[in-house]
Amino acid sequence: MPMIKSELVQRISTQNPHLYQRDVENIVNAILGEITSALARGDRVELRGFGAFSVKHRPARTGRNPRTGAHVAVAKKSVPFFKTGKEMRERLNKNGV
Amino acid sequence: MSGKTITRADLCEAVYQKLGLSRTESAALVELVLQEITDCLERGETVKLSSFGSFVVRKKGQRIGRNPKTGKEVPISPRRVMVFKPSAILKQRINADGQGS
Repeated sequence: MPMIKSELVQRISTQNPHLYQRDVENIVNAILGEITSALARGDRVELRGFGAFSVKHRPARTGRNPRTGAHVAVAKKSVPFFKTGKEMRERLNKNGV
Repeated sequence: MSGKTITRADLCEAVYQKLGLSRTESAALVELVLQEITDCLERGETVKLSSFGSFVVRKKGQRIGRNPKTGKEVPISPRRVMVFKPSAILKQRINADGQGS
């Protein structure tokens, strides 16, 4: 079962009974918003032990429509990229697979 | 291409600015958010953060790799890896605000 944002908020609220759930929601959104804005500016976000977010730039290229074989121009674009941190990688595997 | 790197300290500052909690508490909460996500992934569960993206744990079987330096074949043990799938909204944001190039 995947954990969704509302469950994450719920879990943090349970551990911080002095905070309104509304506040916890704002905290989670502030964090995700900050990461998003940084990437939108082209900055990197490095969270030691967790991982690093960066932006990769893909140049414009000529693609092919696989069905018709027609050439189509694909504009340049930027894509978000995540590299898993060392500690995270170790924790994912510490109990064997 | 600005080349600036955002760290935990910047995330704490953002929480501090928006919520008005103490800096110490803001830092603890940022840590807790990352911790909860990590715990979930460690159990092999997917974490879906709407309008941001999802973190998915994938299982990789054993395969034969090569030491790039010596060219020697070595077995790569089965392992779990984590991948980040950005949401359409995040991808749009990255392409909307200046290409950064």
